[in-house]
Amino acid sequence: MNPGLEHYLVVSALLFCLGLVGVVLRRNLLVIYMSLELMLNAANLALVAASRFVGNLDGQVMVFFVVTVAAAEVAVGLALIVALYRRRQTAHVEDLTTLRL
Amino acid sequence: MNAFLTWLVLLAPAGAAVVITLTALRRPATAARWSIGAILVAFAASLVLFRAGATGETAVVWLDLPGLRVDFGLRLDPLSLLMLLVVTGVGSAIHIYSWGYMRGDPGLPRYFAGLSLFSFAMLGIVLATNLLQLFVFWELVGVSSYLLIGFWYERPAAADAAKKAFLTNRVGDFGFLLGIILVWSVLGTLNLAELSAKLRAAPPAWGAAATAAGLLVFCGAVGKSAQFPLHVWLPDAMEGPTPVSALIHAATMVAAGVYLLCRLFFLLNAPALEVIAWTGGLTALLAALLALQQNDIKRILAYSTLSQLGYMVMAVGLSGAGGHPAPAMYHLTTHAFFKALLFLAAGAVIHALHHEQDIWKMGGLARKLPVTFWTFLAGTLALCGAPPFSGFFSKDTILTLAWEREHYALLALGVGVAALTAFYMFRLVLVAFTGPAKSQAPDHAHEAPPVMTVPLVALAVPTLLAGFWGIDRGYARQYGAEAAAAHGWAAHLFEPFAHAPMAAWGGLLAAAAGFVAAWTLYRRAVSDPLPGLLGAPARWLRDRLYFDELYAALIAATQDLLARVVAAVDRWVLAAGLVRGTAGVFELTGRLLRHVHTGNLQTYALLLAAGAVVLLWWTLAR
Repeated sequence: MNPGLEHYLVVSALLFCLGLVGVVLRRNLLVIYMSLELMLNAANLALVAASRFVGNLDGQVMVFFVVTVAAAEVAVGLALIVALYRRRQTAHVEDLTTLRL
Repeated sequence: MNAFLTWLVLLAPAGAAVVITLTALRRPATAARWSIGAILVAFAASLVLFRAGATGETAVVWLDLPGLRVDFGLRLDPLSLLMLLVVTGVGSAIHIYSWGYMRGDPGLPRYFAGLSLFSFAMLGIVLATNLLQLFVFWELVGVSSYLLIGFWYERPAAADAAKKAFLTNRVGDFGFLLGIILVWSVLGTLNLAELSAKLRAAPPAWGAAATAAGLLVFCGAVGKSAQFPLHVWLPDAMEGPTPVSALIHAATMVAAGVYLLCRLFFLLNAPALEVIAWTGGLTALLAALLALQQNDIKRILAYSTLSQLGYMVMAVGLSGAGGHPAPAMYHLTTHAFFKALLFLAAGAVIHALHHEQDIWKMGGLARKLPVTFWTFLAGTLALCGAPPFSGFFSKDTILTLAWEREHYALLALGVGVAALTAFYMFRLVLVAFTGPAKSQAPDHAHEAPPVMTVPLVALAVPTLLAGFWGIDRGYARQYGAEAAAAHGWAAHLFEPFAHAPMAAWGGLLAAAAGFVAAWTLYRRAVSDPLPGLLGAPARWLRDRLYFDELYAALIAATQDLLARVVAAVDRWVLAAGLVRGTAGVFELTGRLLRHVHTGNLQTYALLLAAGAVVLLWWTLAR
């Protein structure tokens, strides 16, 4: 059986939901971060698959951009987490509620 | 007609007012020359026009709107020609007299500018060709009366009186304006000649609006001519300089109301005329009663003016459909002569006594001020309707009119008022001019300078003779009626007694009775015996039957009510509803939304995801 577009998209959706669940449920900032990456890559998978099956390279070009931006984001995000940890001695989201009124 | 001369009559006083205001506000002599010169020019031009018997109309287009065309024009007919002579003639005497009376007043140029403006406004009313133009000048009369009554504006009483006159007139003018709008909406034109022609051609075109329009127009006259219930401003207008009182009471302002009724006589139908007649009659009676217990020389004259205006308005009302109001105009004319004379003479008295106006502080002035006394007596006799003075003839035509219309109630009222008139006028004369001096003031009195006495004498001539000049026939011509002239002076003098003996003898005997009563009571009186005889009613009359208090209370109550309503609207609708309501809605929303902000990152993420899902569902599922 040849995998079709639906298969890829289902896998992509599963990955995305896993990532989302991770973001919403996990408490550690680093894990949340990794879950975010998972969601990005789910999207990448959907883009590549669609590009492949539609026969158009636009989606793959888009993926390059996403990967690039994600790399930059990781650099900034990790730096922020490290800085935060140094200041607060914690990387748990429950402790980071200063935005609250 | 000679258009140039007619424009000159109207514009000479206007020009004088402008020139004085622009260039002569610090030069009294120049200002007086301009003002007096202008009114004399207007008088001369009026005389020329009158001699030529010029009639006609000249106009320039002022407003041209779809459905409404308003000219600015001048209209000469028998009515306006005679009225021009009255306004400019009496006005001239008053202007010249003012130069003596007001000498040395620091505001003299302002005074003369106001006087010229007043004359201009009144001449505009007289000459107007259409209702809108008439209304504009009508309001201008109101403004200039305000300026002149409040001439000594630093005195609170004068400022209040000016405001009172202006505001009371506004009430009447509001009705007048409504009447003009009604006339225009029903008949489609404001031009007097067209209106009259239209109504003559097809009276039913008027329909049900006739009475309403007539009464609304009458509202204007009630305000200007100070009829009950808007009579309260006129006595207070005495706060102005005495020549201004003379001008307001004789030639301008109050005459405008009666003139308006005669001018628009074709608009008035039988029910409206009935109301007018009774309003006039009641005003005449009320004012005559109030005059009995006044002690201020000018106030007595003011109430007598009210009373005589009541006669005139009554005469208009009695003319009835098919008749003509020439008697009203006749009485207006003779009244203008003798009332101006009385006021100017009263001014001479006040001048001589250094602004003492209480008649109970005068006395024995006849010897000190002979010219003033004799002219004042002439005016009094004319006012009381003693033959052969002009007032006898004009009052007699009014009483005769009531007799002929078989309106006996108003005839009796008119006769009664004649008795009261003689009583209060001779009370004034006997107390002020004869008998013992009642204070130190009369001892130092001295006759006024010629610039003041000459106008007095000049006005005394028509006061005595105007009854023989056929003025009533001149006015009758306006309404297409030709009355036969009596032959010879003697015949003219006795004609009223032959024509309508009841009216003539009634009026004459009533006046005689009033005189006898005044003679017995006041010949030697040093204080008023009437309060002792009448008791409380005399006090009510002295307090002017509490009309001012009533109006003050009414106005205060209305004002309070309005203020309350406005305050409630402000407090509950504007402040509570709109201002605090808006703020409250936002605050409440904020308070509610605040709970969404937990500060928890993951809640935000969940909400974000949920939002994205909702949006996806929204866009894809539909």
